[in-house]
Amino acid sequence: MPSLHDTLIVMPAFNEEEAVGAVVKEVLSTLPGVRCLVVNDGSTDRTAHVALAAGATVLTLPFNLGVGGAMRLGFQYAVENGFDFVVQIDADGQHNPRSVPELLAQLEHADIVIGARFAGTGEYDVTGPRKWAMKSLAAIISRIAKTRLTDVTSGFKAAGPRAVHLFAANYPAEYLGDTIESLVLASRGGCTVLQVPVAMRPRAGGVPSHNPMKSAVYLGRAGMALVIALWRTPISVKG
Amino acid sequence: MNPVSYSFAIAAAAIALLAIIEMLRRQRFRERHAFWWLLAAILSLVVSIFPSTLGWAASAVGVEVPSNLAFFMSIVILFFVTVQHSSELTTLEEKTRVLAEHVALVEQRLSVLKHDVGDLHRGRDL
Repeated sequence: MPSLHDTLIVMPAFNEEEAVGAVVKEVLSTLPGVRCLVVNDGSTDRTAHVALAAGATVLTLPFNLGVGGAMRLGFQYAVENGFDFVVQIDADGQHNPRSVPELLAQLEHADIVIGARFAGTGEYDVTGPRKWAMKSLAAIISRIAKTRLTDVTSGFKAAGPRAVHLFAANYPAEYLGDTIESLVLASRGGCTVLQVPVAMRPRAGGVPSHNPMKSAVYLGRAGMALVIALWRTPISVKG
Repeated sequence: MNPVSYSFAIAAAAIALLAIIEMLRRQRFRERHAFWWLLAAILSLVVSIFPSTLGWAASAVGVEVPSNLAFFMSIVILFFVTVQHSSELTTLEEKTRVLAEHVALVEQRLSVLKHDVGDLHRGRDL
């Protein structure tokens, strides 16, 4: 299994001063030896300060780039500092750091491991159009990645050395780039993808929206992101 | 065409052309941005001085009403200008993104260095 000393936990954080401190502390205590990098994505609050005080390494972007932009910086930091494995965790406490070893263990068999929310463990329910959107996306991306995936929009992901190098140079910054396009790009670049069922915890703050209008817009944009991702020239990985 | 509208058309085209040349000269424009504008200004100057060229061109390509050819050409040129702008905007966004990443990495390295230097100073004082 990949060692925790070679693993970088990357947490994109945008105005998360309330949750980020506790999440960083929990990560560092449950995963001894791991380095925790908080990418402060142009926050206007004290996110950077809180994360630093909690023991994280903090990179501050001068303005908001979105999760995709924050993650590319995380992957670059990993490459520059010799980390072979990167695990992406949300700063709002939704993801349980105890699941990280399970994800890392599967990196022996794949380049990218997704912590999937609908695969049996825990209670995570989405209904209506948003659910159909997520299901059809999962079905299409499963075919592209040639493996069965049920949750492709999860923000809980682990990447092995090949994927880390690919992402450091090419992580897409567009809308949904961190989920859909990154998976399409990686699997077309020759990376293998696997999923592991994980339990989700309730978010520390905020309520997920169930507005049908918003869901329709989401479906449209997700479909568009997928089509554009497939149009792009595939990128190959060295080594 | 009456002489007032004739001279008005020439004056408008000439002013547009002079404005573009002047901006190029003062380096307010880069050549690749100026190309389409320069083309548009030269074409409209030619057409305003010799209105018959528009009629001739229209009949050559089979457009019945000559002014429609002028409208069509203007739309085509504007289309190319906006497409070019979208593409340049994408390039610029990518460049600012790379700069933002560099700033973040450099800032972090700087704060680690500052911290280390502080430790060194304290060590020397002891």
